[in-house]
Amino acid sequence: MNAKSALEQRPKHEQLGLSDLKAVEMYKYMLLARKYDERMLLLQRAGKINFHVSGIGQEVAQVASAFALDREQDYFLPYYRDYGFVLSVGMTLKELFLCAFAKAEDPNSGGRQMPGHFGSKKLRIVTGSSPVTTQVPHAVGVALAAKMQKKDIVSFVTFGEGSSNQGDFHEGSNFAGVHKLPVIIMCENNQYAISVPIHKQLAGKVSDRALGYGFPGIRVDGNDALEVYRAVKEARERAVRGEGPTLIEAMMYRLSPHSTSDNDLAYRTKEEVEEYRKKDGIPKFKQYLIDCGLWSEEQEEAYVKEVSDQLKEAIDYADRAPFPKPEDTLLHVYADEREE
Amino acid sequence: MPVMEYIDAIRLAMKEEMERDERVFVLGEDVGLKGGVFTTTKGLQEQFGEDRVMDTPLSESAIAGVAIGAAMYGMRPIAEMQYSDFMLPATNQIISEAAKIRYRSNNDWSCPVVVRAPIGGGIFGGLYHSQCPESIFFGTPGLKIVAPYSAYDAKGLLKAAIRDEDPVLFFENKKCYKLIKEDVPEDDYIVPIGKANLLREGDDITVIGYSLPLHFAMQAAEELEAEQGITSHILDLRTIQPLDREAIIAAARRTGKVLIVHEDNKTGGVGGEVAAMIAEECLFELDAPIKRLCGPDVPAMPISPPMEKFFMLSKDKLKEAMLELALY
Repeated sequence: MNAKSALEQRPKHEQLGLSDLKAVEMYKYMLLARKYDERMLLLQRAGKINFHVSGIGQEVAQVASAFALDREQDYFLPYYRDYGFVLSVGMTLKELFLCAFAKAEDPNSGGRQMPGHFGSKKLRIVTGSSPVTTQVPHAVGVALAAKMQKKDIVSFVTFGEGSSNQGDFHEGSNFAGVHKLPVIIMCENNQYAISVPIHKQLAGKVSDRALGYGFPGIRVDGNDALEVYRAVKEARERAVRGEGPTLIEAMMYRLSPHSTSDNDLAYRTKEEVEEYRKKDGIPKFKQYLIDCGLWSEEQEEAYVKEVSDQLKEAIDYADRAPFPKPEDTLLHVYADEREE
Repeated sequence: MPVMEYIDAIRLAMKEEMERDERVFVLGEDVGLKGGVFTTTKGLQEQFGEDRVMDTPLSESAIAGVAIGAAMYGMRPIAEMQYSDFMLPATNQIISEAAKIRYRSNNDWSCPVVVRAPIGGGIFGGLYHSQCPESIFFGTPGLKIVAPYSAYDAKGLLKAAIRDEDPVLFFENKKCYKLIKEDVPEDDYIVPIGKANLLREGDDITVIGYSLPLHFAMQAAEELEAEQGITSHILDLRTIQPLDREAIIAAARRTGKVLIVHEDNKTGGVGGEVAAMIAEECLFELDAPIKRLCGPDVPAMPISPPMEKFFMLSKDKLKEAMLELALY
């Protein structure tokens, strides 16, 4: 009895198996992603880059899910808002800015793809495209291959709720269910598919769709870092035990317009956005850490300064880095191409 | 050297490659216990087990997409589309994904997948079991496309496709499955992708094509030579992407009279590109306008026997077109 109540008094992150250090590290990645994103919006407005598609409002779930995975071995198939996720699994600010500036050294695509189209073999971030949800069957294929090779790893794939209506979501999920594959399928439900609100995309819950595919579907508050962490961690444990896929629907809100080419006030009100800004998970998690005695305003201030310096350094580097050679447009169509 | 059918050669290629490399596996509808609706994968599940010869849900985009994911991980999947007519749900996966993975990742990732799909009519398959969809994928850089004419090539090209580092569409002709029987070596050989093959040498006319219609061209050529002394130079493209430009130009120059044949309909087909290449490189060496003999520009092949016969190419149609060109 005493032991039990003592257990209940332990902070939640500890109960979930997260060390103090990891909890703080999680918060730092969330803040880093937010600051990166805000700076990208400024760079676009200043005419330094052509385009940005924002993940503001989604960082908490992105970072928390990454921390629940094996960041040294698992395979990741993020979608275009997942800056918090890719930073958490090892992509650097410098690399993200090289991508944003479309420079030759960009590890994602060598300056070929729009920002937010991630890929890094070294980090096991599987290259992605713009047609949405095509990555779900890929994640299932990675899981199938890992299972065939008897590796204890999982693949983790994300997408938005609009994308959950694409055939590839359903075809991939069903395939994964039939073959009980170690894949975690996470919908970042940010309530808008560009301008179309959730009630015009979905008549039910995304998470309920898992029922039809024979595996658990869980809805979780995407602004609650530790609940997302718990859901992904449990899904991973199920996957490596051979119990198959899990669908997670993380509820959140896209605080930014769809992209820098979008005027969101044409289809939603400032008041609505402000209402959701109050539910932002980053200040909530900050408060949690302060309550646990793990974080302080002084530390926050110092970290923000540190991030600001890192941003400046990364932007300067990326800005100065050379573009690809024009004729490199012709490279890498096939493996066996010859110099002509 | 054993005599075997075109379909046996395809099966043997998969069997040999699966024995050679444990990363090779087959997935598709009915490929397992049943061994495929045409028996192309017959006996493979028995030999290699359910994991390597996998019956999938009826879900073409997933078959292609899962194969692509597995290929990016490092496997060598062979995805079977039951009929090429049914592969269009997988088109997004093939064109937006497989074809662009190496390019969009700046050579970091690759996608060594083979998508096999039976093409062609003449089996009373009607609109949706008879199509030739080559032109849908043709002109998509990043994809390789092969379409074997002979059993020998079917085996050698499929083995080359499985070993290739890039996505290959393998269009096998379903009318050829049982029709074509010939000597096929049981040992390990490949037919290189990207190389055309001269089937017959001649001096009067050149015929360029791929897959089933070349059998009609070969029969017609034999008769034209015996009956009228007209000799035909016949080039099998074998790979329709990338096209063997050098071989095409050489074959066109040889006689100065070119007939291009394929069962896919004429407009927007591979033949148009072949004709354009010849026009670019050796127009003034030609002695006649370039001719094309192709499927008609109708949506697909009807099932009624006289209509199917009207649509299909044949020895007689080839002979007439070849003679006309020879006399030009």
